[in-house]
Amino acid sequence: MKKNFRTRILVLLLAAASAFPTAACGSGTPQNGAASASDDGAAADGDNVLYVYNWGEYIGDGVVEQFEKETGIRVVYDTFQTNEEMYPIIEAGAIRYDVVCPSDYIIQKMIRNDMLYPIDWDKVPNISNIDEKYMKKSEAFDPGNRYSVPYCWGTIGILYNTSLVSPQDTPDSWNALWDEKYSDNILMLDSVRDTFMVAEKLLGYDVNTTDEKQLEACRDLLIRQKPLVQAYVVDQVRDKMIGGEAAMAMIYSGELLYVQECLEEAGSPYVLKYVIPKEGSNVWIDSWVIPKNARHKENAEKWLNFLCRAEIAKENFEYITYPTPNRAAFELLDPDIRNNREVFPDDADLEKCSVFEYLGTAGDELYDTMWNEVKAY
Amino acid sequence: MKTTMTIPSPGRKALAFPYILWMIGFTIIPLALIFVFGLTDRNGAFTLANVAAIARPDHAKALSRALLLSLVSTVICLLLAFPLCMILRGRRLGTGSFVVFIFILPMWMNFLLRTFAWQTLLEKKGVINGILGAMHLGSIRIINTPEAMIFGMVYNFLPFMVLPIYNTLCKIDDSLIDAAHDLGADFFQTLLRVFVPLCVPGIVSGITMVFVPALTTFVISDILGGGKILLIGNVIEGEFTRSSNWNLGAGLSLVLMVFILISMAALSFFDKNGEGTAF
Repeated sequence: MKKNFRTRILVLLLAAASAFPTAACGSGTPQNGAASASDDGAAADGDNVLYVYNWGEYIGDGVVEQFEKETGIRVVYDTFQTNEEMYPIIEAGAIRYDVVCPSDYIIQKMIRNDMLYPIDWDKVPNISNIDEKYMKKSEAFDPGNRYSVPYCWGTIGILYNTSLVSPQDTPDSWNALWDEKYSDNILMLDSVRDTFMVAEKLLGYDVNTTDEKQLEACRDLLIRQKPLVQAYVVDQVRDKMIGGEAAMAMIYSGELLYVQECLEEAGSPYVLKYVIPKEGSNVWIDSWVIPKNARHKENAEKWLNFLCRAEIAKENFEYITYPTPNRAAFELLDPDIRNNREVFPDDADLEKCSVFEYLGTAGDELYDTMWNEVKAY
Repeated sequence: MKTTMTIPSPGRKALAFPYILWMIGFTIIPLALIFVFGLTDRNGAFTLANVAAIARPDHAKALSRALLLSLVSTVICLLLAFPLCMILRGRRLGTGSFVVFIFILPMWMNFLLRTFAWQTLLEKKGVINGILGAMHLGSIRIINTPEAMIFGMVYNFLPFMVLPIYNTLCKIDDSLIDAAHDLGADFFQTLLRVFVPLCVPGIVSGITMVFVPALTTFVISDILGGGKILLIGNVIEGEFTRSSNWNLGAGLSLVLMVFILISMAALSFFDKNGEGTAF
């Protein structure tokens, strides 16, 4: 009896002890500084810090160092892999990032949930370097351009192997991905919104539709395509296309320069080309925003202004190879790249390209259910 | 005078402290969280919808496919491992031998890397087809099929079947075998009536250690199945990472847990002494 009692006390103490660090984390003061931004450096450094949260490999070499040198602001730089991973971290606010770089539809979600500061444009004069076109496109998710600074953009299209696709079949329509001649030679993206976008464009629906009937039609179209698809992949598209595994693939336009460079270096006998199908596609924009719980808003605006500077944007483009919305940087580029319509499609190409919008929880769930039905079929 | 290492009673209890802490932090709390998430909706209200969602055709299909594939690969693992262990035992190599070491060696390398390696080997333009093509032997088409996934499961989980079976086989006393032979049992009788019954704990442990990870895997199906063949593990992983619907993911995990518990209960029926259960 006595022993039992003592065990119980021990368990209770343990529970209390193990609950303590959890509670401390929740209140925003993490105990160990494994992640670079976890140590609460604000007090020690005064206001001269900036917490940056960006995609992996999404900034030029030495750009952060140059910013630190010019401004004397210490940068704490962390990266994320997906929008979905980034969102709850900003929402919880355990680590208070000052500036973050999400994609369009997530920015819309953040605006709707009142998670962002409006940017003081007087502090970011270099915003004038950003092409008006992209500011206008941004209005789809950030009406009135109050919260976001465009950083990179791109489209989704078909990458095809000229030695595996016969010239008369050169794709110009998403229908090419339904061509039975290329059975087992087609790669699709394993990404709900992107893949449904293809079916929506083919059927002439809006890419942000949440109409159940329309989505069922899209689902059936994708199920019909499934026997022809070799694999649904994301990151592996590049390597598989470089290796000649498939004839055609859905791909993000930003991968193109990298893929072509690899082929050139390998002295490959075939060429990979990119096309935005005539039905239109998705055009996406990744932009910088300042979360509401940021503690160094002024430093964040200095950072935004710095990134909008033409030379810096050019340096970033050369490293990331995703198209830059920075007009001034674009003009500094080699004419070869500037005239590469695959990387920088012109307005006519973009006319039918739409921006994704946040669909709300119910909309997201509908898409996920339909997509699971395609994949489980 | 015999001296054994005895620690005074209060000190002994203190030694259990880290383990209790570990269990609470990494088993009990996470398990409780799965129950909490699985039995509530996004607003925190109690619901059974997440568990009932297993009846949706896409989920049911993914579950039955996962059960089938993991069952097939467990059987294949058993059929491969048992004769192998008999041979190893016959050679009297002992547990520390080089041959056993060779079987364990691949486990030192990361599981993901090994599976990716198989993708490169099996691909259409992969290494194996390259060699076959160079010898004018045609080509194999296995990547992105259920067969490739079974292959990946067998390859990855075979050591987990070999080790426990080999350990129990090695422990069988030679005099038992001699006795069986003296009493006129031939090879097959000895095998079926001496080796197999004595080996049940090892077999049960091997089956659990292959069946459970094969049932819940999502990496093998992703890498070798081309994302086309959805297992229940993929559905759950998707709910947690891509759809961020943790409630549904946790609910489906609860269903999966039930299947694992059923399989373990069935196995413990054969292994009455409980020697072989891994848990």
